Amino acid sequence: MNLEYGPEYEDFRAEVIDFCKEYEGISFENTSSKNISRSEWQKILIEKGFIARAIPKEYGGFGGETDIIKSRIIATEFSKAKIPGGMGGQGIDMLVPTLLEWGTEEQKQHYIQPTLHGEMIWCQGYSEPNAGSDLASLQTKGELKDGNWVINGQKIWTSTAQYSQMMFCLVRTEPQAPKHSGISFILIPMDTPGIEIRPLVDMTLNAGFNEVFFTDVTVPEGNIVGKRGDGWSVANSVLGHERGSLADPNATMNRLNTLINMMKEETIDGRRLIDIPSYRDRLMQVQGKVMANQAHSLRLLSSKINPGQNVKLGGMIQKLVGTELRHEMEALAIDVLGEIGTLYEETPRLKENGSFQFHYMYFLGLIIGGGTNQIQKNIISERGLGMPKEPKVQEAS
Amino acid sequence: MYFGLSEEQNQFQDYVKKFLSDNVSVDEIRKIANGDDQKLHDDIKSGLMNLGLSGLLIPENYGGLGGDLLSAVSIAQGLGTGVGPISFAGSYVMTPIALSLGGNDDQKDKYLPKIASNEIKFGVGLSEYVAAREDSGIELNKGKASGKALFVIDGDDADFFILSDKGGTMFIVDKNDKGLEVIQLTTVDKTRLYLELNLKNVKAEVLQETENNPFIIQKVIDAGRIILSADSLGASESMIEKAVSYAKERKQFNRVIGSFQAVKHMCAEMAADLEPCYAMLWQAAHSFDHDPDEARLQACQAKSHIAEVAKMVSKKATEVHGGMGFTDLLGLHYWFKRIGLNRQILGGPELVREEAAELQGFNQ
Ligand SMILES: Cc1cc2nc3c(=O)[nH]c(=O)nc-3n(C[C@H](O)[C@H](O)[C@H](O)COP(=O)(O)OP(=O)(O)OC[C@H]3O[C@@H](n4cnc5c(N)ncnc54)[C@H](O)[C@@H]3O)c2cc1C
Repeated sequence: MNLEYGPEYEDFRAEVIDFCKEYEGISFENTSSKNISRSEWQKILIEKGFIARAIPKEYGGFGGETDIIKSRIIATEFSKAKIPGGMGGQGIDMLVPTLLEWGTEEQKQHYIQPTLHGEMIWCQGYSEPNAGSDLASLQTKGELKDGNWVINGQKIWTSTAQYSQMMFCLVRTEPQAPKHSGISFILIPMDTPGIEIRPLVDMTLNAGFNEVFFTDVTVPEGNIVGKRGDGWSVANSVLGHERGSLADPNATMNRLNTLINMMKEETIDGRRLIDIPSYRDRLMQVQGKVMANQAHSLRLLSSKINPGQNVKLGGMIQKLVGTELRHEMEALAIDVLGEIGTLYEETPRLKENGSFQFHYMYFLGLIIGGGTNQIQKNIISERGLGMPKEPKVQEAS
Repeated sequence: MYFGLSEEQNQFQDYVKKFLSDNVSVDEIRKIANGDDQKLHDDIKSGLMNLGLSGLLIPENYGGLGGDLLSAVSIAQGLGTGVGPISFAGSYVMTPIALSLGGNDDQKDKYLPKIASNEIKFGVGLSEYVAAREDSGIELNKGKASGKALFVIDGDDADFFILSDKGGTMFIVDKNDKGLEVIQLTTVDKTRLYLELNLKNVKAEVLQETENNPFIIQKVIDAGRIILSADSLGASESMIEKAVSYAKERKQFNRVIGSFQAVKHMCAEMAADLEPCYAMLWQAAHSFDHDPDEARLQACQAKSHIAEVAKMVSKKATEVHGGMGFTDLLGLHYWFKRIGLNRQILGGPELVREEAAELQGFNQ
């Protein structure tokens, strides 16, 4: 066991800490004196190599080596100093790594830089009304006609579609091929004629996702990533990236601290919530889980830099355990606040901007999205523990 | 940066696992649990001792290996996987730490080398310091101890016991002292022995550094808690393995039960909850050795969290086995019960969580 990153990294940490001091208190709000735009901030971070580190310069990245220890140090110090990180979202987190792996030179040149700079927002068009967990049964159709893909069908649950310039989309292009090998991965500009977007309000009362309808939507043949029928493999390489990012341990730790501070401030009959034994015990239980998770993320980090260390099963549990933990933590905050915990939106007596209710619901969304937690358990048991797959049922009734 | 057991620690653990799987089948465990075969038990004890467990935490200048707590954790995980029917947490972890930190030079000279060479053995009873149940509790007066100690661990073949008064002053008593009455308690866990000691004016050899210095007894308890957690972790790992392999063999409705999602999901839940416990445990041990500011909180939280996860695993793994899981024949219950004991000894989850809260100044 050696938890030191070494002097080189401690120098780097010092550099990051200095940077955080320099930008202490920055904000994207117009009202703030330290106001900065998101895209300016994004560019500063890239220039420093704090994000987009391993992405070549010619595509708008920093052009360095992947260094997950540095990434970890950045995430930790930013989180401690409450400095905003770089932009996230489907484009940066999912599409860029996919293009780096599967894209043509032209696609990389064209899409990566504007995506990194936050000028090109992407949405993920995978799920359909009849293809959720069973994603490979998707039916949105793509036909090659005169050097163009002509797309017809419908997507659903498409997060941020209404703000996006582009969609990466799974489309059935080989209707004769077996289910998994008839799909292609196609890039679609959202202003293409024939696209209709209908926002769907989710339980948090935000329109977090959308229905997207395609009627003869026509995009050039070259908008395919990978070969015809390779879409399933292309998409799967991205899903891995998504699942890892759904439950960030630094964010979880920050939330725990918010919860603890709230329990020290709020009272019942003049008694601090944290002084009430049953509440305190639940808090300690959640803290135990958070600590286990933090330590686990270090073990995973270690397995990436020490090739001999096998933590395959450990990686598979992240999405399941991380999202359930966040949901449980927010639920605890609501319970200890009692009736006050039910306040939401604009109202007197709201605590923490209503974020406990918001996250309580939001994380239920993440428990369902990104491969439901039941599907995660299938994956853990089958791929992690080597248990047999469900036998195929001939015909679902 | 390397987060995990070292190659050497992994190897040491593998030796222990291998010894147990080669030599201590469920039939052997049953004979030992029923007290049917003393020779068998002695052979197993000496076999395990030959791996060098007794000197692991004893400093090199006292004839030991000078290992750290993380090394002891790696062993304890191994012992847990095979419900190793031997003393460890008390005799070979808490005792050397208590003597090293609390003893004076004479005491260290007198006891440590002989523990390492396996000539003498200690049992440990600190339950009263954590939470005195019923009429237990010991008073120290002018070098004499009177009172009761409950749930003394690792007392089999013990020549001495380390006990404490309510203030955390630790002392040694000799098994042969006339004022000492030793009573065997029968718990559900028959892989290890638990004792009650009644003391009437027993000569108490105080570990001087522990007088007015609760830091030492706390450190000893932290170590004990971490080791008991490691034992439960090992036992849980083994129960999941047994459940998964049983589920791949056993057929019902013309298919292996491991293809039923209800069964698969129980297994996935066990694995998902247990997996982070490894890192939590190792980090707690590492902090014990290197990061005193974090150590106590981590020890408390590891004790509580791993106890909860292990309890869940012990239940679900039993369920996966159906009626067979409930039988004495299969012997899964030895693991179930071992986890049950580790959970309560040196403080159950609620008690240690309360301590964790106190450490952070949460209950005023
Ligand atoms: C907040 C949020 C954001 C999302 N964003 C996007 C997005 O941007 N782009 C996109 O393409 N999709 C997105 N999704 C869709 C998401 O991927 C799907 O909702 C998810 O895969 C589940 O599909 P479904 O909704 O059709 O549910 P179903 O698949 O119908 O599942 C219903 C229930 O059945 C269970 N179930 C289904 N199959 C199995 C099985 N084999 N074994 C055990 N249980 C099973 C599920 O676990 C669930 O409990 C988002 C979803 C949410 C909630």
